[in-house]
Amino acid sequence: MSTAVGVEERAQARSRRFGRPDQLPIAARRLLAAALIVGGLVLPFFFDAGGGFIDDATLALAYVVMALGLNIIVGFAGLLDLGYVAFFAIGAYTIGWFGSFFFSGITENGIHVLVTGIAAEAPGIHLNFLIIVVIAVLFCTIAGMAIGLPTLRLRGDYIAIVTLAFGEIIGRIAINGDQIALGFLGGEQTLTAGRQGITPVDKVDLPLLAPFTSLELRPWYWLAFALVLLVLFVNLRLRDSRLGRAWIALREDEVAAASMGVPLVKTKLMAYGTGAAFGGISGAFLGSYLNTVNADQFQFSFSIFLLAMIILGGLGSIWGVVLGAIALSFINNRLIPDVLNDVPSALGLDFDLTQLSFGIFGFLLLIMMVLRPEGLIPERRRQMELRDESIETDEAVYEARMS
Amino acid sequence: MEAARIPAARSPLAVLRNALGQYGLILALLVLPVAYGIDDLRTDGDLSRLANNLVDGLSNGAIWALVAIGYTLVYGIIELINFAHGEVFMIGSFASASLFATIGLGAVTGTAGLVFGLVAVLLLAMVVSGTLNVMIERVAYRPLRGSPKLAPLITAVGMSFILQNVGLLWRGGSPEGIVDLIESQNALFTVAGVVVTNGDLLAVVVTIPLVLLMTAFITRSRLGKAMRATAQDPDAARLMGINVDTTISLTFLIGGMLAGAAGLIYALYQTTIWYFQGFTAGLIAFTAAVMGGIGNVRGAVLGGFIIGFIQQISDNRIGGEWTPAIVFAYLVLIMTFKPSGLLGEETREAG
Repeated sequence: MSTAVGVEERAQARSRRFGRPDQLPIAARRLLAAALIVGGLVLPFFFDAGGGFIDDATLALAYVVMALGLNIIVGFAGLLDLGYVAFFAIGAYTIGWFGSFFFSGITENGIHVLVTGIAAEAPGIHLNFLIIVVIAVLFCTIAGMAIGLPTLRLRGDYIAIVTLAFGEIIGRIAINGDQIALGFLGGEQTLTAGRQGITPVDKVDLPLLAPFTSLELRPWYWLAFALVLLVLFVNLRLRDSRLGRAWIALREDEVAAASMGVPLVKTKLMAYGTGAAFGGISGAFLGSYLNTVNADQFQFSFSIFLLAMIILGGLGSIWGVVLGAIALSFINNRLIPDVLNDVPSALGLDFDLTQLSFGIFGFLLLIMMVLRPEGLIPERRRQMELRDESIETDEAVYEARMS
Repeated sequence: MEAARIPAARSPLAVLRNALGQYGLILALLVLPVAYGIDDLRTDGDLSRLANNLVDGLSNGAIWALVAIGYTLVYGIIELINFAHGEVFMIGSFASASLFATIGLGAVTGTAGLVFGLVAVLLLAMVVSGTLNVMIERVAYRPLRGSPKLAPLITAVGMSFILQNVGLLWRGGSPEGIVDLIESQNALFTVAGVVVTNGDLLAVVVTIPLVLLMTAFITRSRLGKAMRATAQDPDAARLMGINVDTTISLTFLIGGMLAGAAGLIYALYQTTIWYFQGFTAGLIAFTAAVMGGIGNVRGAVLGGFIIGFIQQISDNRIGGEWTPAIVFAYLVLIMTFKPSGLLGEETREAG
C-alpha cells in the first residue's frame, strides 16, 4: 500500500509542477476559462475594426470550429478522415444555395424567410442565417453518415483512402457542377457555379442585431467566437459522455470495445455525423464571411491543412486542437504571406513563400509525427501511450496494486 | 446430429449474394464498355471507336500499371499506403524532361541517337526515382515502424506535399509542354480503323520487359525470395537471417524505379508535365492496385490496364473533367464491396 500512495503523491507533485488546465482545481479552472473568454471578447477592441488582424482572427476561429469537428472523427474515434473538406463544401454550398441570388432563375420574386435589408428584396432564396446553419448541420450530418457507411467494415488506412476519395468526388462535383443542369427546377439552373463561385452571399443577419457588413468585422469575430464556445462546450461534454468514452474505446482497440458491448456501427456513424456537423457550421459561416462559395476552395490540401492543425496541437486533445488551429491559421494567413514572404527574395531566391505553404505544412506533419507524435498539448491518455516513461508508471501502478 | 447437418438447399437470396460478391466487380467494370459499345453499334455500326479507346487505354494503363506495382509491393511488405508514390512518379517525369535537355535530345535527333538517348534517360530516371523512394522510406517511414499504423500514413501525406513543392519550385506552377520526341500522337499503323500511335508502342515496349524482369527478379532471385519472405512474416524472416531493413529498402527501390520509368513514358506520351500530376496519378494507380488485389503484382498490372481503359472511355465520352470522380467512385465501390480486389486474397486490413 505504501508504494501506491507514493506513486499517487509523485503523480500529484508532477501535475502541480506542470500545471495543465485539466489538472488544476475546479475553481482555478473556472477562473482560467472565464479569463480566456473575457480576453477573447475584448480582444477586437484593441485592433482596427476593418483591419487585417480581426480578419485573420475570425478566420482562425472558423478553422478552430472545423478542426474541433475533425478532431472528433480522427482524434476521438481514431478514424483517419482525409476528406473533411467535403463538409466545408456542403456547409458553404448550403449558404450559397439558400442565402444568395443563386436560384434567382426559378423564383421570380424570391423566397424570403426572416431576412431584412437588401436580402429581403432580392430574387433567389434567402433564409435567415440561423435557419441555414440548421440546414447545413442537417446536410452535413447526413453526408457524414453516408460517407461513413462504406467505411464501417474497413480499418485504418483504407478508411483514409475512402474518405479521401469521397472528398475528391465532392470537390469534383463542386467544380463541374456548373455543367449539371437541374432541369426539374426549370430555366438554366445548375447545381453549383463551379470555379466562378457563387457571389455575393448574404451577410449574416441575426435576430435583434443589424445585418453584418464587410467594413465592421468585429461582429463577425464575436459570432465566430460564440460558435467556438458552443462547439467547445459540445466537444467537452461529448468527450466526457458515454458516447465520448465509446469513441476512445473504439480508437484504442476496436475488437475489445466491441466485445465490451460498444455498438460499433452506431458509435462510428455518430463520430462521422457529429464531426461533419461542425464542418457544416463553419462552412456556412465562412461562405457568408468570405462572400463567395467557390469550387477552388474545396481541395484536398485543405483537408490536410486541418489535419496538420490537429496533429500539431495533439490528436484528441481539445485544447491542443484549439491551439494548433489558431497557430496554423495565423502562420498561413499572416506569417507566411506578410512577414516571411520576402525572405526568399532577400536570400536571392526566386519564389514566393506562399507557394510553399503546403510544403511547409507537409514538413510540419512529418516532423511532428517523427519527433513529437502526441502534439504540443498532448491528450493525457495518448501521452501515456506514446512516452516510455508512462509505461514504467503503468508498471509501477500495477505492481503497487498487486502488493 | 441435427445441428451438425449442413443445410441442403441455400436460399436464392444467398446464392445471389454469393454470386454478386464473386462477379459483382467484374459486372461493375463491364458497365461502361458494354453501354458505350452498344451505343457505338447503334450510331456508327461498328466498334472501332471503342477499340480505339481500348488501345489508348492500354497504353495509359501501362503507365498506371508501373506505378501501381510500387504501391502493391510496398503495401505487401509493410502494409503502408505509400502516399508519396505518386510524387515519386512526378519527379521521374521531371527528371526525364530535364535530362532530355541535358543530353541534348531534340525533335531533330536521329532514330539511333534517340533510342540510345532514351534508354539512357530511362535508366537515369529510374535511378533518380528509386533513390528518392528509398530516401523517403528512410526519413519518413522507418522511424515510425513501431508506431500506430496511422502515423506513417500521415507522414506519407506530409512527404507527398513536400515533394509537390519541390516539383513546383523545380519547374513552376503551371502545366508545361515539353518537346514531343517520339511524335507520340503520330499513327504508326492502322488495323480496321484502330489507330496505333508511336506513344502506344513506346508504352508497351517499355512496360512489358520491365514487368517481366521485375517478376523474374521477385520469383527467381535470392533477394526476391527475401522480399517475399519478409512480406509473409517479417519476424520469422529476421530469425532466418534476412536483413529486413535492407529488404524493405530494396522494395522501395524497385517500386521507385518502376515509377521513374512510368514518369518517362508519361512525359513522352502526354508531352505535358506539371507538379500536380503525381497526385491524381497516384490515386488512379492506387485504385488499380486495389482493383487487382493489393499485394498482388499481377493484379496491379491487370488493374492498371483496366483503369486505363475506363479512364480513356471517360475522357473520350464523358469528359476529362469527370474522370477523377469516376475513378474515385470505382475506388470507393471496390474498397467497400470487394476490398480483396480481382486477384487478391483477403488481407487483414480488408477482413
